[in-house]
Amino acid sequence: MGIETEYGISVPGHPHVNSMLTSSQVVNAYAHSLQSSHRPNARWDYDEETPLRDARGFDLSRAEADPSQLTDDDNGLANVILTNGARFYVDHAHPEYSSPEITNPYDGVLWDKAGQRIMARAVELIAQTPGLQPVNLYKNNTDNKGASYGTHENYLMARSTPFADIIRHLTPFFVSRQVITGSGRVGRGQEGREIGFQLGQRADFFEVEVGLETTLKRPIINTRDEPHADPVHYRRLHVIVGDANLAEVSTYLKLGITALTLSMIEAGFLDLDQAMAFPVREMHQVSHDPSLKHLVTMNSGRRLTAIQMQMEYAEQARKFVEDRWGSDVDDQTADVLNRWQDVLDRLETDPMSLSSQLDWVAKLSVLEGYRDRDGIGWDHARLQLVDLQYSDVRPDKGLANRLEARGSLVRLTTDDEVRRAMVRPPDDTRAYFRGECLRRYPDEIAAASWDSVIFDVHGRAALQRVPTLDPTRGTRSHVGELLDRCSDAGDLIDALFAATS
Amino acid sequence: MPTRDTGEHQQRSRSTEDVIDEAPKASADVAERKDALDADIDAILDDIDAALETNAEEFVRGFVQKGGQ
Repeated sequence: MGIETEYGISVPGHPHVNSMLTSSQVVNAYAHSLQSSHRPNARWDYDEETPLRDARGFDLSRAEADPSQLTDDDNGLANVILTNGARFYVDHAHPEYSSPEITNPYDGVLWDKAGQRIMARAVELIAQTPGLQPVNLYKNNTDNKGASYGTHENYLMARSTPFADIIRHLTPFFVSRQVITGSGRVGRGQEGREIGFQLGQRADFFEVEVGLETTLKRPIINTRDEPHADPVHYRRLHVIVGDANLAEVSTYLKLGITALTLSMIEAGFLDLDQAMAFPVREMHQVSHDPSLKHLVTMNSGRRLTAIQMQMEYAEQARKFVEDRWGSDVDDQTADVLNRWQDVLDRLETDPMSLSSQLDWVAKLSVLEGYRDRDGIGWDHARLQLVDLQYSDVRPDKGLANRLEARGSLVRLTTDDEVRRAMVRPPDDTRAYFRGECLRRYPDEIAAASWDSVIFDVHGRAALQRVPTLDPTRGTRSHVGELLDRCSDAGDLIDALFAATS
Repeated sequence: MPTRDTGEHQQRSRSTEDVIDEAPKASADVAERKDALDADIDAILDDIDAALETNAEEFVRGFVQKGGQ
């Protein structure tokens, strides 16, 4: 799995600067600051990209597509691959960090946080460069003026899983998981014109139930079928409903409970009926009710709060893990199950006790603090500023960062781990091969992508493309020794081709 | 392991027990805890006051984004 995040970008005092150019500056500032061993020279390889393929089994023609859907065009904007296996580039007028592939929620938090720190470093570098206007970056999802930009999760799934099952079980799960994963927002409606607080940054931007689009008419279930892997065996579920989370517990639970739910769907284990007639409207209403009392009406006639809906998924997950693994369950899965239950119990009895764990609660407690202390209403600009500045990536200006620094927001990772994750890939996915090749042979990689590394070996005429179509291969245990043995890319290519011929 | 995305069961060596659960004891007196939270939020607001951008209205108005995914 992995998380891709488009960051909000602004040049204070200049609201209408060309954000594609400033986003390029951000990427370039960071890329050029790296020591030569970490400096990316390689270009992105677009060969295997199919953004218009629909999981329901058809392709949208390029002529019918909105230009924003043509994400496989090399448009000349900054686009680099980092030695930690991530892609750092300009997407739709925002700098985007796509994390390397990871296998578990804890690593998801770690490499997501690495991306946040990379953005903060870029801001710092630009601020130090004479002649450049300072740029601020925000890990949020809306400007409260009608624009939204995404934080997408990606999950590798077995191709054999029927897409209809995914739609049926994931729709109610997404409607209700906002009570855990929301980042909180001041304002309602796409342009934030209605006053008040809501759980989600993104909820109001979802307009349809199922579809291919990500930039307009956004669907709760996105059908983009671009696995970046062998399509016979895998699909990549592209989840676009999520918020950008700053709280590490929010990110950890978001990935953990969603992965567990997908495992149950893959196994055909889920026995729940939460089908509803109006999921889009319910998604908005759940988000608009921080008292968490809104009752979602099911087709069966049942009416449940979002917490109760999540409790049914959590209970099934506990049974599923017990049934499949019993006492052999790994620590992290057990931890996700326990935290999921604990968070739901507390949301029911005393939600504000989660102010050190979940984004929306942390943000709301600060906002309520200002409302009490300063006697201000929900339409006051100071509250809108708190909402925005919560997500500022700078350590001194970002409110989530300040809450973490004073211990008011729980950390799961350590700074040392995050610093390492900024330059090193995870050990246990193909990101290891990609990142390590870039680190070890920086001058001999011509291009790379999720599913390939292309070598330009000194003294050889042809480029050598090494496909990495299986995300679970190319790990440290798979290729670590081989890489250690090869002092240059030529040795590596010879060894790889000798092994396959 | 079920939180892995390929469904294959593998043991992980890393323990996350050291990061588990800072839940208050179930017996904690709710009123007492609320007082502590209130004192804490005052300190938090003092800290944030120092960081907030000046001229909130203008700053918020100036944050204009192009669309995205």
